[in-house]
Amino acid sequence: MQCVVTGGNVKVLAKAIHSLSRIGDELYVEPQEDGVSCFDAVRNTSTSSYHHVYIFAYFLFASTNGADLNASLSCTIKVDSQSVFRSLATLEKTVEKCHIELNEQKDRLTFTLHCKHGLLKTHNLSYQDSESLQAVFNKDTCTNEFRAQPRVLVDTVAHFPPSLEEVTVTVSDERMWVRNHVEDETGNTTRSKAMLTELCLASDEFDHFVVKTPNSVTFCLKEFRGLLVFAESSNLPVSMYFDEPGSPVVLSVTDGVLEGNFVLATLSDDPITSLFFLFPFWTFWSTLRAHAPPSPPPDDFMNDDMDSYLIAMDTSVASGPSTAGPSASTLTDPCTSKLPEANHRTRTHSEEEEEEMEDGSERPPNKKFRSLFFGSVFPPSPKMSTQPVTTQEVLASDSEDES
Amino acid sequence: MKFRGKIVDVACLNHFTRVVTTISKLTKTCVLRLNPDNLFFVLSGKVANGGVSMWCELSQANFFDEYQMEGVSPENNEICLELAPENLSRALKTVQNAKSVKVKLTKKHCPCLTVCAELPTLSSSSRVVTHDVPVDVIPKRLWHEFKEPSVPDFDVSIYLPPLKTIKNVVDRMKNLSNFLVIEANMNGEMNLKIETDLVSVTTYFKDLGNPPWGDGASQDGGPTQSRDPDSMAEARVDVRKLQQFLVGQQVNPSKSMCNIVHQSVLHLILLHEDVSLQYFIPAVA
Repeated sequence: MQCVVTGGNVKVLAKAIHSLSRIGDELYVEPQEDGVSCFDAVRNTSTSSYHHVYIFAYFLFASTNGADLNASLSCTIKVDSQSVFRSLATLEKTVEKCHIELNEQKDRLTFTLHCKHGLLKTHNLSYQDSESLQAVFNKDTCTNEFRAQPRVLVDTVAHFPPSLEEVTVTVSDERMWVRNHVEDETGNTTRSKAMLTELCLASDEFDHFVVKTPNSVTFCLKEFRGLLVFAESSNLPVSMYFDEPGSPVVLSVTDGVLEGNFVLATLSDDPITSLFFLFPFWTFWSTLRAHAPPSPPPDDFMNDDMDSYLIAMDTSVASGPSTAGPSASTLTDPCTSKLPEANHRTRTHSEEEEEEMEDGSERPPNKKFRSLFFGSVFPPSPKMSTQPVTTQEVLASDSEDES
Repeated sequence: MKFRGKIVDVACLNHFTRVVTTISKLTKTCVLRLNPDNLFFVLSGKVANGGVSMWCELSQANFFDEYQMEGVSPENNEICLELAPENLSRALKTVQNAKSVKVKLTKKHCPCLTVCAELPTLSSSSRVVTHDVPVDVIPKRLWHEFKEPSVPDFDVSIYLPPLKTIKNVVDRMKNLSNFLVIEANMNGEMNLKIETDLVSVTTYFKDLGNPPWGDGASQDGGPTQSRDPDSMAEARVDVRKLQQFLVGQQVNPSKSMCNIVHQSVLHLILLHEDVSLQYFIPAVA
């Protein structure tokens, strides 16, 4: 496989790889007939996501005599591919083109950066062969769809602390509420000390706002931020698709030459673990919390009356929130006690899977991967992942019987 | 018990945010006292804080366009809350460009100070952000712990050199020793000293000026009046506590001074137009 990326496209490629390498360690690269796929999927115990970058061929070799893409090849590279495209600012000024070559005999993926003044930087990355993987998701069947300028979303997430893990998005016909998600781990004391932030966006702030099933989903904010950085720097509108808690939320970014999709896991309503993710061999037992049925929070403030609380406090020995307060917040969680068990189950399960995997031959031992989806905007080829794929090459033996 | 305040002016919001941010750098939790005229951020000197105490007074009329409160009872028309100022500071920092900001005492899953802001947007409707900062209500029987501290019977009172200068000096000195001696006299001279086995470093400040407390203010009038103007009063303090005080200062005060009670306590006072901050650092032997 060989291809060349020239000019400003090098910066776009670098930004894409940066967003891919945000959390994970490995990058899967798979050349296809009309471009190159880069994937990365992350799975940790509480959230999971799957991102795929599809760098369309057009983007890759604009002015040279074509790329030679050996479509049957796919490999995994241990990313520190970020080190190849280290500083985005200097990249723009110094790199004229980037030549990517896969050398099968030597097991090397070579990035050669042709810079100004005749300087040539060559990075040799080693890789491992792997099976191709694709996530199954379908944006077209999602019932809720939104599209907004990145600035709106960036301003929204700016209200949340950088350390916040998860965020809950609730939608109704006209509004979207974005709230920080507080895990109720040890009971009242932890919950009551956490600061809650909520932002309400009106539908007219979005370019496109369609809600067919009003509900709430909770997903990882960090990954969302990663995508927003990319979208904002390229000034591309961000689209969001989701159905219901438990099914993934898909965030996508489209340009003339590339399309990126982030598929993020959401917390499930079902106290019994639900198969969130679409790899049949990969059963996710995502964090378990039952949500109270989503009710959009009222616009006015809740009960301001402190008197009943004070009376309760003065007369009782223990101080604690009075039960007279409203409980419209969705933090009430009847199934909290299941949480520690669930996490345990997640880990045990993944360990089992990893053992199974190692029995097979030449499988990448490290199961954590993240992928950024950038699909092609051209008519979908059979390999495109925007359609449900009924047969897939799987990475490990089918463990569906365990679900 | 009710509290509702609204800030509309951008400059007031900015100023209030900076005050809260300064407080958040000084301490992790503090007590907010509200009465019809003022707000106070109080840290009482307990062993847990290392004996450091703080009193910050704001006049509500200078910040809030609307301010309504109802205290615990008509005779005790005050509200006393314990909170983490960092949460409040974070909430306020994100709404700096708001059209209006309301701060209310509410009861959600626990008592909260809710900051509700309307943000301007390109579209017709505005975006509403709500931050709920959890607070603990302090019962009346504990209010005596959070009273305004009285000015100590100081030996020397002197204006401070520019805070930035002191901060630079203290930052360097922190690397050499854990304890720093501040001494000053009624002749406008102040020295910052550290002494270790290997080295001793002293920084001298002159012509600082001494605030005229007047007969009424300086207790008994006696000690400072009859004091030899050149004789130094000193206090040996933990340098990290002093540094923590200096690091948080975001606004240049119109007046800054310190009172030293010889080998007992260092009392720092910063005065702005509408905010006053007092900070007590106990001296160590």
